[in-house]
Amino acid sequence: MKQILAVAGKEFHDGLRNRWLVSITVIFAILSIGLTYFGAAASGAVGVTSLSTTVASLASLAVFLIPLIALLLSYDSFVGEQESGTLLLLLTYPLSKSQLLLGKFLGQGGIIALATLLGFGSSALILYSQINDPAVFGVFATFISSAILLGLSFTAIAYLISLSVSEKSKAAGFALMTWFFFALVFDLALLALLVGVEQGISQQGLTQLMMLNPADIFRLVNLAGLDSSDVNGALAIAIKSSLSQEQLFSILLAWVVLPIAAAIFIFKKKTL
Amino acid sequence: MEKSPLVKLTNVGKNYPKLTALSSIDMQLGQGEVLGLFGHNGAGKTTMMKLILGVIAPSHGNVEVMGVAPNSKEAWHMRAKIGYLPENVSFYEQLTGLEVLTYFAKLKGYTRQKAQKHAIALLEQVGVAHAMKRQVKTYSKGMRQRLGLAQAFIGHPALLLLDEPTVGLDPIATADFYKTVDDLKNQGTSVILCSHVLPGVEQHIDRAMILSSGKMLAMGTLEELREAADLPVAIKVKGLNGSLREDSQLVRYLLDDNNGDLLTVPEQDKLVTLRQLLAYESIKDVSVNSANLEQVYQYYLSRHLSSYSTNQKNTKEYS
Repeated sequence: MKQILAVAGKEFHDGLRNRWLVSITVIFAILSIGLTYFGAAASGAVGVTSLSTTVASLASLAVFLIPLIALLLSYDSFVGEQESGTLLLLLTYPLSKSQLLLGKFLGQGGIIALATLLGFGSSALILYSQINDPAVFGVFATFISSAILLGLSFTAIAYLISLSVSEKSKAAGFALMTWFFFALVFDLALLALLVGVEQGISQQGLTQLMMLNPADIFRLVNLAGLDSSDVNGALAIAIKSSLSQEQLFSILLAWVVLPIAAAIFIFKKKTL
Repeated sequence: MEKSPLVKLTNVGKNYPKLTALSSIDMQLGQGEVLGLFGHNGAGKTTMMKLILGVIAPSHGNVEVMGVAPNSKEAWHMRAKIGYLPENVSFYEQLTGLEVLTYFAKLKGYTRQKAQKHAIALLEQVGVAHAMKRQVKTYSKGMRQRLGLAQAFIGHPALLLLDEPTVGLDPIATADFYKTVDDLKNQGTSVILCSHVLPGVEQHIDRAMILSSGKMLAMGTLEELREAADLPVAIKVKGLNGSLREDSQLVRYLLDDNNGDLLTVPEQDKLVTLRQLLAYESIKDVSVNSANLEQVYQYYLSRHLSSYSTNQKNTKEYS
């Protein structure tokens, strides 16, 4: 445990030093505060809009940003140290591969989690000060915790990439492709399946397919409870047959645990 | 009582899908012994270090370090007693030298305060204490190498594996480094020193091992290797002004292409030749140089290469 904490501490400090924490927090805070105030500008009014509209817009934004940021933060975690030679050195220390990986995950995941909490939490406070409705905290608690899980999930996926390639530039390419796939291509493919296939797929089938994408699970978690007028596309259909929040959260959690387990497995097989 | 060896390799080999990195190596290293590992790039030096460190497992044979297989679970506790300096390592550039060392000391089991104290002491020892609050990216090559050495010295290791430790060090730092090696040796630390910079190493190692393309060409003390190689001794004289050309006994040792003051004499004829030389009244100076490590190394390598090419020729002819 001591070793894990030592690695986690170092990674967390790296995140502070490289201004990752500050920049992610600021990005999240500006966007969420902006959306909170100006989310309804299209409908002619400026000011704090309804809770559900705000969370809907925040969620559709976060679903692009969080995976991208998590991948950017972590794609070179292992391949970078492999290139500089410190990975080989670390492996000669009394430190197991899983300890190293979990330590990194704790440190970098901590950066993502803290930035999400601070960035989006700030807009929760502002929203509460404006509409004075305690429901804000419940909705934001769900939003922020699912956003953190989404971030952790893509951190774990980034480790998978980082451990599977031998060059940093390749890892960057794969990270970008992974983001493109989960954030855009996957949903387009689902839509195509919905529209293009004659027999169509059942609501049930669609929801099940969406479980293959952590970004979609995040969307479902945050949009299921909202007025359907704020939601459209493939999602609207899926929501009607949706799973319970607990089920969605546990699947999202599985999207954190399974990639981590797979990354540990790959790391153990890897020779340097 | 003879102590059991710290490192023991028995018929160790390592094969990768496309090449044999090491084949049937036998080696033992006792406590407080310094072994020099010599060979070209790709000779298998780094592979051997990785095997001893337990980062990779041997394809066949047995590796034992302090009585256990270094890649096994039981070897965990002894890892803190091993120091390693990799060949090409660039430490976390954005951290300061002190932060880097403190991090590595923590990973070797030091608590935060003790890690920092130990790190400062080591930085002083290798002479980078003045720059310990600066980021590693501002360090020169020599300073980085010293930082790497300090890293290897963390936790007073019983076994040190140093891959090209003097690369990038200036002559004074190199001398400092060898002094440290001598000190550690006297404290009972065993050292495996990997290098292709040969001059200056010989007086600091107990034994040498010469590797080429995964095979062990020779191992032993420098005297043993020299004896086995049977390399001649070079004797340089001053003041004889070519009179050796008339000496029927010594003329055969003279090299053709010089003005008659350099002799190459087989080891066993050294003393006889010296006596004959000293009989000359006009002799002003004489210096005797046994074959150095570099010549021994060249000898074994060229012998290996020529046998290798004959083998290849033979297989070609038969195929």
